[in-house]
Amino acid sequence: MSVQTKQKSHRIHEGTASRTFDIVNVILLVLVALICLLPFVHVMAMSFSSNSAVISQKVFFLPVDFSLEGYRMVLEDASMMRSLGNTVLITVAFTIIGMTLTILAAYPLTKRELKGRSVIAFMFMFTMYFGGGLIPEYLLMNDLKLLNTLWSLILPLTFSAYNIIIMRSFIESSIPASLEEAAFLDGASYWDILFRVVLPLSKPVIATLCLFFAVGRWNAYGDALYYVSSNSRVYPLQLKLYYLMGMASDAANLAEGGTGSYVTAEVIKATCVMFATIPIIILYPFLQRYFVTGIMIGAVKG
Amino acid sequence: MSVAASRKGKKAFHAGAYFKRYWPLYAMLVLPMAFCLLFKYWPMTGLAMAFKDYKVVRGIWGSKWNGFSNFQYLFSRAESIGVILQTLKLNLLDLLFGFPMPIILAIMINECRSKAFKRITQTVIYLPHFLSWVIIASMFIMLLRTETGIVNIVSASLGGQKVPYLEDNHLWQIVYIFVGVWQSMGWGTIIYLAAITGISSELYEAATVDGAGRFAKIWHITLPGIRGTVVTLLIMNLGRVLGSSFERVNSLSNPYVVMKGANVIATYIYRVGLSQGKYHYATAMGLFQNVIGILLILIADRFAKSMGESGLI
Repeated sequence: MSVQTKQKSHRIHEGTASRTFDIVNVILLVLVALICLLPFVHVMAMSFSSNSAVISQKVFFLPVDFSLEGYRMVLEDASMMRSLGNTVLITVAFTIIGMTLTILAAYPLTKRELKGRSVIAFMFMFTMYFGGGLIPEYLLMNDLKLLNTLWSLILPLTFSAYNIIIMRSFIESSIPASLEEAAFLDGASYWDILFRVVLPLSKPVIATLCLFFAVGRWNAYGDALYYVSSNSRVYPLQLKLYYLMGMASDAANLAEGGTGSYVTAEVIKATCVMFATIPIIILYPFLQRYFVTGIMIGAVKG
Repeated sequence: MSVAASRKGKKAFHAGAYFKRYWPLYAMLVLPMAFCLLFKYWPMTGLAMAFKDYKVVRGIWGSKWNGFSNFQYLFSRAESIGVILQTLKLNLLDLLFGFPMPIILAIMINECRSKAFKRITQTVIYLPHFLSWVIIASMFIMLLRTETGIVNIVSASLGGQKVPYLEDNHLWQIVYIFVGVWQSMGWGTIIYLAAITGISSELYEAATVDGAGRFAKIWHITLPGIRGTVVTLLIMNLGRVLGSSFERVNSLSNPYVVMKGANVIATYIYRVGLSQGKYHYATAMGLFQNVIGILLILIADRFAKSMGESGLI
C-alpha cells in the first residue's frame, strides 16, 4: 500500500535522471540475480550432460549431449540411497521431536500464572549464548553410547531456544486471551486449551518452525562429521557428499572415513549436488514464504 | 478468569492448591526441561576439562586440576594465537564486505517500480540461503578449480592466465569472503526491506514536491529511516566477531590452505580436539571463544541500548 503511493509520487516528476537511475538499477539487480543463479545453473547443466562433454569442458549453462547417465548411476548407488534414507529419517524424527519440545516449552511460558516463568525463560535463553562446546558435547554422545548412531544426529539439537522464542511471541501476540478465558469458563484444562485453541490457531508458525527444523537438519553436516564419521552406514546425505567431493582435507579425516581417496567423475559430483538440492528446490516456494514470516516474528523479540 | 485466579493465588499462596490447579503447565515443561538440561547444561560441566590435565583413562572428574596452564599453553604458542587472529581477520573482512551489501540491495529493490521484477529478484537472491555449505562449497570448488573450473576456462579463452583461486592462500581468503557474501546478501535484505516499508510515504511525497531527486530521497529519507535497524544489526554482528562457522570454513577448505587461511578457532578445536585427542586444549580454546563471545554480546547490547536502540537481549 505505502509502496504503491511511493511509486505514484515518483511518477509525478519523471525526469531523464530518474529514468537513467531506473535503468542502471535494473541492470545491476539483474547482474546480482545472475551471480546468485549461475553457479547453480552451471552445475545443473553439468548434471544433465554426458561425462565426455563435461570432461572436455564444453558445458556452460546448458546441458551438452543431454544424458541422464549421472542420475541413473546415483540412483543405482546403494550407499547413496542409504544416505538419502538416513537423511529423510533423521529429518522427520528431528522435526517431530523438535516441534513437540518447542510447543511444550513455549505455551507454558506465555502464562503469567506460571511461577518461576522468568527463571525458566532465562535458563532456556542462556543456551543461545553459551554452551559446552564441541568436546564436552562429543563426550556426552560417547557417554550416552550414541556415537555412530542416527540418534546422535536427532536428539542433541532438538532443543532450540530460538524457535521457542518465536513460538512464544507468536502465541502472545496472535492468540486473543479472551478465547482462552472463554475456554476456561467452559471448564477446559490447560491441555484442552493447548490442543483445541492454541495449536489450531498457530498453524502458520508451526509450519514455519517445522521448516526451520527440517531445512536445518537436512543441510547440516558438521555434527555428522563429529559423531558418525566412522560408521559409513549412518552417513546422512550431506556427509556422504562431503566425502564424495573430497572435502576431507586433513589426514585424520582421510584415515577415519577411509573414503578420502574417492576420485569421482565430474558428472557424478554435479548430479549428487543436484540430488541433495532437489527437495529444497521443490519446497522452495513454501520455504521462502514461511521463512520470511519466521524472520519477522523473530525480529520482534530476538 | 485465569488472571484473576492468579492474583488471588498471590494474595494467599498455598503450594498445594497452586500445583493442583497449575500442574499441567509444569507437566508440559518436563520434557523440554529434560532435553535442555541433558543436551545444553550437562555439556557445560565438561568445561571443567579446560582447567584439567585430561587423561582419557581417568575421565573428566578423575583427571588432575591444573589451573590455567591449558590457557597459558594456548597463549604462548604461535599457532593458537594465529588461529585467533585469523578468526578475527576473516570475520572483520566478512563484516566489511558482507554488512553493507544487504543494505545496498534492499534500497535497490525498493527503488524498483515493477512489482513482478521485484518479486522475481527477491526469489532468486534468497535461494543461496537455503543451500547447505556442502552444496555451496561443491559448486564454487567446481567453478573455481584451476584446470577444470569454468571461471578459469572462460578467462583462459579470453587470453587471460589461469588463476589458482583455491590453492593460493591469499586468493582462497577472498573466495571465502565472496562466497559468504554471496550466500547471505539476499537473505539479509528482508529485515531492511521491512524497515523501509515502515517509512511514511508522506516523507517521500513532500520531498518530491520539493524537487528532490532519487539519490537525495535515498540519502535523506530511506537511509535515516532504517538507521535504527542498521545500528542494531551492526552492533550485533560486532558482538559475533570471534565466532566462527565450522561448516563454512571446513567445506571450502583444502590441503593447501587448511593450516593457513582456513585455520580458524572452529577448525582448530575440531583438529586438536577430535582428530588429535587433546581434549583439554580444545575445550580451553572453546571456553575462551565462548566467554569472549558472551562478553562482546553483552557489551554490544549495552551499547545499542545506550544509543537508544532496542538492544538484542
